[in-house]
Order: sequence, then structure tokens, then C-alpha cells
Amino acid sequence: MAKMQLRLTVNGEAAELLVEPRELLVYVLRERLGLTGPHVGCDTSHCGACTVDMDGRSVKSCTVFAAQADGADVTTIEGLGAPGGLSVLQQAFREHHGLQCGFCTPGMITRAHRFLQENPNPSEEEVRFGMAGNLCRCTGYQNIVKAIMAAAAELNAVREAAE
Amino acid sequence: MIPAAFEYHRPTDLQAALATLQEFGDEARVIAGGHSLVPMMKLRMATIGHLVDLRAIADLKGIRIDGAAVRIGAMVTQQELIADAALARAAPILRETALQIADPQVRAVGTIGGNVANGDPGNDMPALMQCLDASFSLVGPNGSRAVKAREFYEAAYVTAREDDEILVAIDFAAPGGGYAYEKQKRKIGDYATAAAAVTIRKDGTACSAASVAMTNLSDVPVWSKAAGDALVGSACGPADVGRAVAAALADIAPTADNRGPAEFKRHAAGVVIRRAIERAWSRA
Repeated sequence: MAKMQLRLTVNGEAAELLVEPRELLVYVLRERLGLTGPHVGCDTSHCGACTVDMDGRSVKSCTVFAAQADGADVTTIEGLGAPGGLSVLQQAFREHHGLQCGFCTPGMITRAHRFLQENPNPSEEEVRFGMAGNLCRCTGYQNIVKAIMAAAAELNAVREAAE
Repeated sequence: MIPAAFEYHRPTDLQAALATLQEFGDEARVIAGGHSLVPMMKLRMATIGHLVDLRAIADLKGIRIDGAAVRIGAMVTQQELIADAALARAAPILRETALQIADPQVRAVGTIGGNVANGDPGNDMPALMQCLDASFSLVGPNGSRAVKAREFYEAAYVTAREDDEILVAIDFAAPGGGYAYEKQKRKIGDYATAAAAVTIRKDGTACSAASVAMTNLSDVPVWSKAAGDALVGSACGPADVGRAVAAALADIAPTADNRGPAEFKRHAAGVVIRRAIERAWSRA
């Protein structure tokens, strides 16, 4: 089967590489582009550890073929913040102990990033519903919800101050 | 899990997609959101030589509402259904159902067309479309035709759609009145153990029209004419609802699987049908 030239934008930078259409986006990101933030958890689109932002939507990158992502604009956790320059959400997860083993965290934060744009001022219940596609086996979710609520409050305060 | 190799096609109009299906025959298959098909390919339960991605065909997008007539493009995602304010006013049962499908990431990608055309008995939209008496618009090499949702499903994964046809849109009349989609599932993201779609119209104190359909309680979605008939003319009191539930249960054929034995599913079905009727009536 023929390989195809895949062109996509990842974390703001253009990437171009030769792939088989059947390669999954999560493996392209991890193994070809060296972005190991998106994790392979269940590999069956349940757990959400592989969540990335694709064209303004949260998607599970284990269930997207590389070919389907041709032309897409993809953001991974690496595009949201960096050591020494954590995003508001990353900082909130740290402060509120929203992680223990950390395996689900990149997917959690990438999903929360999109969720807070869909709903900048959520109730706790809305956070839980909006994060329902991400599983965590450690925290019991309580502190993840707290972290997202705290990040929402801070982002809203920053927005109001700017207006 | 890596699927078998395939060639990828991304046509930008329907004619090109149909031509690709013609060219490659039963080696070709269309993909919409892919959240049923990609897992099947990863498990190698589906092997497809040519994958025809419908994402770039603009004609398959969009929701149009003209009075009571609703037309939804096959490639409209569940998330787009949920976010459409005009649709939520015209037919709020669509939003109520879509919110109970899978999880946010899957709804962002999964489409109504894929949900109804796949023929998986666990999909939620087929029963809803039967409840609403929707029509599916199919386009093939010999032109287009419409098939009623109530006549579309033949067996699990077997539908009236021919291999060289593409589902392009879904049409239905906004039902008015009360509505409910009630779903019992083990956890968020799961398919239904049992689910029911109900619409009810009220005239004075009596029910003037009712439609009841069910998900995952047979190898196809089940529309129960008898259940609707049991409600029409009644005041939807407990005995009337009981008769409708009994009629609906007579029309299903659940089988045992990892969601439980058939008798448990029958019990769960009775509960969700009752709840759906009561909630729809309370909103009528």
C-alpha cells in the first residue's frame, strides 16, 4: 500500500512526513514527532489518555488514522505549557493535587483546556460531564474537578481584568 | 493495535465518493467519524482495502429547519447536534439523546449518519429515528431514494443501504408535544443495557398521539406500534402506562451478553420505557 505525504500543524509548527494511512495519530505524534505527552492507555477510545486538540475539538488520537489528520491543526500537552512556564491549568493541577501517577494527566489537561473554552464558567457537575471521556485510576476525580474549577476562576479573573 | 493496510481516499464531492465506491466495489467502505469503524479495523474485525473518508464533502454537513421539517446532514457530529439552538427548539429529543451517547471526545467526532447507518443495535439514534418516523436519504449510482427508518434495519449491521450507496441526510417532522430518551447504561460511554425514545402529544387531557421505540433490546431497533396505540386516547395514568409497557416488552427480543441475562434486560427495559413515557407525558 502506498505511503502518503502527511501535512499537519502540531503545536503551531508545520510538520510534513511520509506515513502509511493506517498509522494512528497517537503513534505519529509519539514515535515520529517525539511528542510523548499523548499516552496510549486503553487503545480502545475509552480512557482519554491520548486526548489531543484537533481543529478545535477534543479527540482521542488512538482512534484517528494519520490520514484523517491530513491538513489538521493539532495541539498536544506540549503545546499548552512547558517546565518553567506552566499553563494556568497545569499550575492548578499541581496546586490542587489533581494527579498522582500522572498517566492520565496530559489527556486530562488537554481535554480541560478545550472544555474551558466550550464552557468558561462551568458548575462542578458540568466539569464532571465535560470530563467524562477521561479516566483516572488514582485520584477519585475530586481534585481534578477542584483543579479545573480553580483554573476556570483564574482564567475568568484574568479575562475580566483585561476587559 | 494496528489495522491492516488500506488506501485512503478523501473525495470533496459526493459524485467522486460514489465513483470510488464503484471502482473498488466491496473492497471499499465509507468512513464518517470512524468511532465504530476504526476500533473494528484495529481489532481486525473489519478489513477494508479502500477507505473513503466523507469529511471533506460539504453537502453532507448542516442542519436545516423549515417549519416542522428538519433535515440533518449525515456528517453532522453529535456535538454539533447538541450545540444547535434551533434544533433544540424544534426537536429537543435529538439533543437529549445525543448527550447520552459516549463521551465528549467521541461526540466531537461521531456523526449522526454513522450512528444510524452502521446498523449496530447498540447505537442510540436508530431507535430515535424510528420513534420520529424519520426517512434516510440514500444516494447511489442510480440516483437517490428515501428509506423509512422503520424499514431500514434488517439485522445487526445489515441495513437496506446497498454497498454502493451513501447516506446523505436524515429527514423528519418535528414531533411537537412531550418527549424523552431514557437510557440505562453501566457507565458513561457505554452502550445501552436498555433505552427508550418516546414522543407524546396531548389534546385536552388525553393523549392524541404517541410513539415508542427501543435501543439494544433486539438485533435491530424496535418501534412498538402497539405501545403507542395503548396510550392514544388515554390520560396516561398508571394502568395505561402499564399496558403500553407490556405491549412494548412483547415486541423486543433481548439476548444475554456482558450487560446481563435476557430477563434482566427485560426488567431494565420495563423501567426505562415507563420512565420515558411518564417524562414525555409530563412535558406534553
